[in-house]
Amino acid sequence: MQSLISRPWLWAWLAAIAVFALSIALSGAAQAGGLLYAALSFGAFAAIVGIGQMLVITLGPGNIDLSIPAVMTLAGTLALKAMDGAPGTALLGLGVALLVGLGAGAANFALIRLLRLPPIIATLAASLLYQSLAIWSNRGLRIKPPAALADFATGRTLGVPNVALIGVLLALVVWWLLERGLWGRWLLATGQNPRAARLAGVPVERVRASAYLSVALLAGLAGYLLASFSGGAALNMGQQYLLLSIAVVVIGGTSIAGGFSNVPGVWGAALFMFLVVSMLNAYGFDAGARMMLTGVIIIAIVVAANARRRRT
Amino acid sequence: MTRHSISPRKLLPLISFSVLLIATFALQERAMSYLGLNLLFNLTIPIALATIGQLLIIMVNDIDLSVGAFVSLVACIVSTLLVQHPWLGWLALAGLVLAYAALGALIHRFDLPAIVVTLGMSFIWGGLALVIMPAPGGTSPEWLRALMTVKPPLAPMAVVAALLIAAAAHLLIMRSGIGTVLRGLGGNSRSVARAGWRLSGLYALTYGLAGVFGVLAGLTLVGLYTSSGASVASSYTLLSIAGVILGGGEFIGGRVSPIGAVLGALTLSLAGSLLAFMHISPDWQIGAQGAVLILVLAARLLFTRREALL
Amino acid sequence: MNTPQPVEAVVALRGVHKQFGAVRAIDGIDLALAPGECVGLVGHNGAGKSTLVNLINGTLKPSQGEIDSHVTRGGRGSAIRSVFQELSLCPNLSAAENLRIAHPTLKGLGWRRRAGAEIRTSLDQVFPGHGIDTDARVDTLSIAQRQMIEIAIGFAPRGGQARLVILDEPTSSLDAGIAEQLLAHVERFCAEGGTVVFISHMLGEIFRVASRIVVMQDGRVVAERESAGFDRDSLVDAMGHVAQHAPSGEQRRHAEGSAPAGAASETVIEDAAGLSARRGEIVGLAGLAGHGQAEALAKLYFAGTSGWRAPRKPRMAFVAGDRGRDGVLPLWSILRNLSLSVLPAGARRGAVDRRAEATLGREWQQRIGIRSDDLGNPITSLSGGNQQKVLFARALASSAPIVVMDDPMRGVDVGTKQEVYALIRAEADAGRTFLWYSTETEEVCQCDRVFVFRDGKISAELSGAEISEERILAASFEMQEN
Repeated sequence: MQSLISRPWLWAWLAAIAVFALSIALSGAAQAGGLLYAALSFGAFAAIVGIGQMLVITLGPGNIDLSIPAVMTLAGTLALKAMDGAPGTALLGLGVALLVGLGAGAANFALIRLLRLPPIIATLAASLLYQSLAIWSNRGLRIKPPAALADFATGRTLGVPNVALIGVLLALVVWWLLERGLWGRWLLATGQNPRAARLAGVPVERVRASAYLSVALLAGLAGYLLASFSGGAALNMGQQYLLLSIAVVVIGGTSIAGGFSNVPGVWGAALFMFLVVSMLNAYGFDAGARMMLTGVIIIAIVVAANARRRRT
Repeated sequence: MTRHSISPRKLLPLISFSVLLIATFALQERAMSYLGLNLLFNLTIPIALATIGQLLIIMVNDIDLSVGAFVSLVACIVSTLLVQHPWLGWLALAGLVLAYAALGALIHRFDLPAIVVTLGMSFIWGGLALVIMPAPGGTSPEWLRALMTVKPPLAPMAVVAALLIAAAAHLLIMRSGIGTVLRGLGGNSRSVARAGWRLSGLYALTYGLAGVFGVLAGLTLVGLYTSSGASVASSYTLLSIAGVILGGGEFIGGRVSPIGAVLGALTLSLAGSLLAFMHISPDWQIGAQGAVLILVLAARLLFTRREALL
Repeated sequence: MNTPQPVEAVVALRGVHKQFGAVRAIDGIDLALAPGECVGLVGHNGAGKSTLVNLINGTLKPSQGEIDSHVTRGGRGSAIRSVFQELSLCPNLSAAENLRIAHPTLKGLGWRRRAGAEIRTSLDQVFPGHGIDTDARVDTLSIAQRQMIEIAIGFAPRGGQARLVILDEPTSSLDAGIAEQLLAHVERFCAEGGTVVFISHMLGEIFRVASRIVVMQDGRVVAERESAGFDRDSLVDAMGHVAQHAPSGEQRRHAEGSAPAGAASETVIEDAAGLSARRGEIVGLAGLAGHGQAEALAKLYFAGTSGWRAPRKPRMAFVAGDRGRDGVLPLWSILRNLSLSVLPAGARRGAVDRRAEATLGREWQQRIGIRSDDLGNPITSLSGGNQQKVLFARALASSAPIVVMDDPMRGVDVGTKQEVYALIRAEADAGRTFLWYSTETEEVCQCDRVFVFRDGKISAELSGAEISEERILAASFEMQEN
């Protein structure tokens, strides 16, 4: 029991379940299925980019990727352009999106490593460029995704949204890497103390590079899925994911000081964030109150996590 | 040993600004006039003020992700409450400054990660702004509009204001006694504590001053735009961070330059307008800011390397 | 033999105890510091000197006992000043600005001019001809200059007057000439009625300036006499120095009748600075602390390994001495800390072999005696000495042919030390090469070959019978007066 309570992912899930129950209490059990389905669909995008952001934040203080929204937009835009709505091009689009992610991740890391820029400023500067690229290539275009791809992105398998299945699959892969994999050990060691990790033989530069590549790849994938899901790439499609990606990492129980990751917590937090907003909506709160409450929750969680850390 | 040796690294913000300014003048001679300069830099005044606010936070080794939302909130209050009920408006603004100060004390009293707390605060400020102003609109108080459109002799308001902001921030942060102590906080807080200062009070002061600059940014913004909205300044968060770094500041160690930061804010806005004069599509306006940022920081690295070799 | 107690002590401690949790840092101290005297405070690492200093200057409150003082103690405007060994200036400010932080009355217009004048006056008094730019940012100055500024701030009036100045290893980064200026100033300051507490591991300096010498051991004052009452040997004896030396590698080999270490084996390390090591050799790095030994080892390690690759058979392993900075991963269990360097060797398709990991943990727990009933416990649950054993196990468990050790015996008890010495010797005999920096001469004397560092450079290379405390000391110090 003690070990269960001390698991930080638990709180995000408990909170999500509580909010879910509150929503159902208002809207009736008949709405439960629909609400859960929506939460899984929309939560999936936050979870995918959140997992990427988590890997980078795990690297330790100062590590963060501010280019997630721009990479999402650019990947979604270029993928749709490449597919041009033609049938049978879904994989081509996926390839383009992943290549965009890979390129952006490599560029981000190059700026960090070669120009010795703090990651915040490197990913910020790069994101301005990606954003311009997306604006330039998106001009006035409103390309729809291929019908089959759109159907897949909005469809379900065994009653579960396909995007959620992808999100869960990715979470499992990352969870395995962190819990069982050598790379995960290296990442967690680097996040606790990069100098000590390097002196213990950990290839910290490789770990850093792979984390920044991973987050950009996941952002590219999320952009591709989101563009397919919502029937086209909008220039502001990634906007809300900058703060959201950081928020789900923090709420999910990952340490902002680095060295401690929490994959299940990210999913729990992603569901929670969606459910809170929809619950407040159902209770008649307006957008302003919803935002304020989100902020209060984020701060409350940091304070609580901090109090726990101080006790131990 | 020379008393005040000025390295090219220190001059970099001035150099990069001058290069962009000269390029702008070369492309568009009309920019070199009273009116042209004002148009060029007018909208930079609130950004420069927000950048100084961010600089104060970065100076004590924190970062503020809520600047944009905070300035937006201030703008909403100024364009509604301050017009309708001036006393209530001023009270609200004073309350916001106090809230900022309390935030600073809390972050350091409980050793919280500033980046996450200010992230949370950005939601709170943004939500408040939406409550006050669900849709864009509002007006500017008359006196504010008059102040921002005043036409001083010799140089336009935009230039005078930039000089004033730079001078005031420099005096406060680099020259005054208390500014020195606050910078020391970023350099070595333990040594400041050992000298008998109460740290949470100093952090509260730093954040409170940042709040003051945020309020000034919101005021000038409304004076210039004459209206506002709940996300009118949302781009300021990233622009202000970029401005501080472009101006020679560093994230760690209390090494900042207020004059540089004002120049950094001006440089970023020039980067955007320069493209227009070059007849390049405005699509690239944001990208140009990113490119300038990268180029200047690359140049800084070059100078640092050379200085290290000397 | 006690000095007659002056009527009014600057600070007087009576029956002072200080406890941190279960640890008794100060265990009953009576001490009075009189105007005009310079008290030399000596003792081994961990004797409680720093805690005593922090009690005297008011940073810490005693758990028991009283501290009386008739001058302002603690806070801004304190007449009791401490100059610490680690640099405690704000590096982003100038010397004058640093003075402002410690100065309660520098206010209003023109404070910069007054601050500059005050710090320059103080510098001129302590270090005539210092040539320091007091308006330059401190991080652009050399370490010696920073130390000088810190000392000058300690002696500066700061709106009042310095009555007691505590100098903790003040000369560690100063050259002989500058150090001499400081000693002369201490004498002047005391002659004018000021009090100085002088902590130094350089006994010559203590004898030079101290009117009284206080020796500490295990949180107590074990000896207290006028300086003239001590000589070098009696002072060293009072500190509890174990005069008995472990046999050097050479002597041991001689006794065992085996071949001298690696005379015939190939050289495995050779760097531009002149550091070299042969296979199976234990090479010591000696000299005064902070003379470039740790930097040389880190440089060697970073150059010999990569941040991009992690081969199954690493070339080097590293044992950290500064555990917090270089070794321990605080969020992890003992086992995860121990196994980190070995993981690549046992990994299959990127997965950690957790069974092999657990076996390795048990094996090394026994071999090196890590005191914990469960290796799944957090590393921070171990005492410092046991944490150090985990770091040893981490390095020795790897197959690396070269092991680099950066003063690894800090905070390790005597029994453990002996075990680890034996382990190192056995590994060396099996063909491993050790590079071992130690601040304790006794340890260095066990090596096959010793490089003595001074001012970041190798000042002597000793091997076999040449290795002795005297030779190492001689090479550590600048012999010529400048």
